[in-house]
Amino acid sequence: MNAASDFLLAPITKLGRTAIGLTLGLGSYSVFTLRGLGHMVSLPLQWAKMVQQVYFIGVKSVSVIALIGLFTGMVLGLQGYYTLVKFGAEGLLGAAVALSVIRELGPVLTAIMITGRAGSSMAAELGIMRISEQIDALDAMDVSPVRYLVGPRLAASLVCFPLLTAMFDVIAVWGGYLTGVLMLGVSPGIYWARIYDSVAMQDVSGGFVKSLVFAVLVASVCCYEGYYTHRRPGGFGAKGVGLSTTSAVVTSCVSILASDYALTSFLL
Amino acid sequence: MKNRSVELAVGLFVMAGLLCAAYLTVKLGKLEVLSGDTYAIKARFIDVTGLKEGAGVELAGVRVGRVEAITLTPDKRAVVTMNIQKGVKLSEDAIVSVKTSGLIGDKYLKITPGGAGDPLPPGGLLTDTESSVDIQELIGKYVFGGVKEEKK
Repeated sequence: MNAASDFLLAPITKLGRTAIGLTLGLGSYSVFTLRGLGHMVSLPLQWAKMVQQVYFIGVKSVSVIALIGLFTGMVLGLQGYYTLVKFGAEGLLGAAVALSVIRELGPVLTAIMITGRAGSSMAAELGIMRISEQIDALDAMDVSPVRYLVGPRLAASLVCFPLLTAMFDVIAVWGGYLTGVLMLGVSPGIYWARIYDSVAMQDVSGGFVKSLVFAVLVASVCCYEGYYTHRRPGGFGAKGVGLSTTSAVVTSCVSILASDYALTSFLL
Repeated sequence: MKNRSVELAVGLFVMAGLLCAAYLTVKLGKLEVLSGDTYAIKARFIDVTGLKEGAGVELAGVRVGRVEAITLTPDKRAVVTMNIQKGVKLSEDAIVSVKTSGLIGDKYLKITPGGAGDPLPPGGLLTDTESSVDIQELIGKYVFGGVKEEKK
């Protein structure tokens, strides 16, 4: 009787355990993120560390972002041209490239690229600091580890993401110009005129709102995964750091795309 | 020394980013930094179907302003407020028409300058207007008759 009831109740118990685990994780992530955001502006401001992080997240990413932006714009110009020319509407190429880049591709691709470049290293760095007990040492010295490690990274992300997104957008529009106008012969006047006609201020500001949200998501998720490496059940030590880094990148990318959908439905 | 070069690189990065952001907002997003070089005029229409805020206003095919707002009057007419460049002077007998760019393009306003009327002050109202042409209505008339009355 007892065994039978156990057998029946086991899946329900497992579901409950999973739900409790998820809730605990989400709660600890939220508290961690809020503390990080609070320490971003806690006095005295950590200017030097912020500048160092802006250099690492922003300056070092410029070349990658420029390259990705250029190729994204070029391929959009190519695809868009062959789709639109069927309807004799190749004049709309500029609008098609600019709107898809400014509204969607710019913020999303920039965020995903920075996740791969800077987010992964944030998670690995904090993970190694955790397993080599450097974070405990900070604690012992009465230095708040969240303030010292997470605040500057969040602040730098909030500065870098919109700026890199703006660069991506501009370069991608010129990439579309390169293929559409210089290679395939769309009239340059029509290309730019359609862009000026179709792009509205709310498209540009919506793109920047997205990039700010992605900045908070990526920095907080990557720092959280690294900071709590030791809590990971699947592995310990170096293996745990590897798992944290992987999980940070995957979780960041999924949350970028999921929140992108939510934001788009709000902004439209 | 190393710190100086890091700060220089960050400064350059922030400057380049802000320039790109400014280009996007001012040039593409049409954020009007200097809104002082336009004046507002109004025009009353029976029907402005398809006309949107931000649509262009053209005179002789040249863009001279933008639609700022579209409102409804108590007597159920549409009043369109336009921002026109300061250098463009209009007279009270100018005609404003709602036009479509191409066959299925966006609606815009076309001003046909008058000649004999008094100059229009800022905030003035133009009443000589042509409303939107409804393509579907035209096709309907063509298909089901009514383009011209046949008398037998």
